[in-house]
This record gives sequence, C-alpha cells and structure tokens, in this order.
Amino acid sequence: MNLLAALVHLGGTGKYISWGVLQISLSNLIIIAVMIIMLVAAIALPFPKHETRRK
Amino acid sequence: MSTSPAETLAAVAEKDTWTGKIREKAVEALPPERLLPDRQPAYVASWSYVFGALSIGAFIVVLLSGAVLAVEGPAWWHKSNVGLFVNSLHMWSTEFFFMFMVVHLWAKFFMAAWRGRRKATWITGVIAFAVSIGAAFTGYLSQQNFDSEWIGTQAKDGINSTGAGAFWNVLNFGQMLMWHIVLLPLVVAMVIGLHVLLVRRRGVVPPFAPTEAQLAKAGLTLTTTAAPTVSPPLLQEPVEPLPTEQPVPQEPVAAPALQEPTAQASTPQEPPPGLPQELLWNLPEDQT
Repeated sequence: MNLLAALVHLGGTGKYISWGVLQISLSNLIIIAVMIIMLVAAIALPFPKHETRRK
Repeated sequence: MSTSPAETLAAVAEKDTWTGKIREKAVEALPPERLLPDRQPAYVASWSYVFGALSIGAFIVVLLSGAVLAVEGPAWWHKSNVGLFVNSLHMWSTEFFFMFMVVHLWAKFFMAAWRGRRKATWITGVIAFAVSIGAAFTGYLSQQNFDSEWIGTQAKDGINSTGAGAFWNVLNFGQMLMWHIVLLPLVVAMVIGLHVLLVRRRGVVPPFAPTEAQLAKAGLTLTTTAAPTVSPPLLQEPVEPLPTEQPVPQEPVAAPALQEPTAQASTPQEPPPGLPQELLWNLPEDQT
C-alpha cells in the first residue's frame, strides 16, 4: 500500500494541461485515454472461442 | 380434449383480474427463453459487447460497498483501515462504472444501436447515464469531510444559476445524502433494469451488413446482381425467438458478418410478409 502511495501521490494538488481555451486535469486525460484504448482493444482483440454446447 | 368447468372458470377468472392481465402481457412480451436466453447470435462474441455487463457488475459493487458504508458510518470510513478500503472501493467502482458505461456508449453509438426498433433501449441508456452523473455528484457531497464542504460551496453557485437551487440545495447535507443513498440509486437501478429488459425484448443490435467492397476485400463475391434483401440468420425479429440457435462462432466476430450475407446472396430471399421495414437491418436505407 505504501509503495503504491509512493508511486502515485493522490493527495496533492491536481495537475492540469492547458491548450488555448481548453483545460483538462491530467487524471481526466489519462482516464479518457484509457477508455479509448479499451474501445480499440475491444474491437481489435479476438474473443475467446468456446466449444458448441448444444448441437 | 374437453375442458372441465373448473378449468374454464379459472381461465375466465384469470383474464378478468389485473394480475392475470399483467402476467399475460409480460409473458407475451418477454417469454422465459427470451428473458434468460442461453444462446446469443454469433456476432455477440466480441469484446465490444461485454461493456454493458461490465457496467452492471461495477454498479453492483457500488451498491454493495455503499451499503457497507451506510452501516458503519463516516467515522469508520474516514478512520479505520477497513473503512478506508471500503470507501476507496466505493469510489473506484464508481470510476469503473462510468468508464465501462462510456465505452459501452461509444461502441453502441458507432453500431447505431438504435436500429431495428431499439430507440427506447438507446434512450433508457442515455437516461441511466444522466441520472448516474447526479448520483455520483451527490456522492462527492456526502463524504463528510472538508472536500465535500468545499465542493458544496462551489457547486451551489452553478446550481443556483440554473434556477434549480430552490429545491436542490447542495449545502443541505441531509437532502443530498438522501438523494445519494435512496432516490438516485433507486432511479438508476430501475432505469438499468428497464434497459436490460428492452435489450432482451428487442435483442442485441446486429452489425451493419457488409458492403460489396468489404466482401471483395474478404475474397467473397455476390452471385447475383441484386443485393440480398434479408439476411435471416442475423435478422432481429421482435416477436419470434431471437436467432439464438447459431453455434458460438469459431472465428473472430467480423468474419460471420461478412460471410453469412454472402451465403444468402446465392439464394436471395424475399422478406417475410408483415415484417416491419425498420427491422430489415441490411436494407439500403438502414446502411446510412
């Protein structure tokens, strides 16, 4: 637990990324990126095959 | 076979009661084999179809962890190790609930999942998403720490600017807590339940029909100049049982969608009489 807490400091001030009038927190940006990765992976990765249960 | 007077009377009595009528309608709309199917169409064997179920799974964890928090109280969830763990579990299951729900929304958007009389399914999903946001925001107000106080004082201006502050006071902790642990979870659970029932009723949306270019790329060609009108194996007909008799696919999900219409193309079929046009998912106008 302490190791994990040392890796990501969750109690500090939030980091923000600004691009013109747009501003987003780093954590939200990471979550959006993870969701996009999940969607792409869900489309690209093959689904496990199963034996037919009923002929 | 003759019917006994007692059976006749029982049948008449059942139809005359509101419970009997509701039961008849319910069974007609959702027969048991459709309500709890043990087979799904071949195209459902894709990771993109699992995010709805993952969302429900995360929502169940949210409810269970929230119930434990309600039993023990704020001193426990702020001070004890187990309480901090359950508190974090409640927060992270909410995060995953929203992540899965957003990916589910994206996948269904790109599938145009409202096709084939599934508009109500789409709309209930939108409502579930919107109400879930309210449930999550009231959770921030229910933490019972300086963070929730700060969020409440900042949120009041936004809420008041909409005019909703007269009956939705984010500084009223008791009101926000009741909305968070009673009203909004109840609404979210009911809307999700309705959403799932509609999925069962209308079936999972099938993929788009392949274009000729996609068929050619896959090395397949149509043997007729006319495009196939209906592809029965992938047809989602709302009254008849779902096409669940297909075996689980032996190939990735994209393959059946490309191959099955081709197999039908060699023997083009007319649409079944009386079938609503919007159900013919591979008609030209449905490909727009």
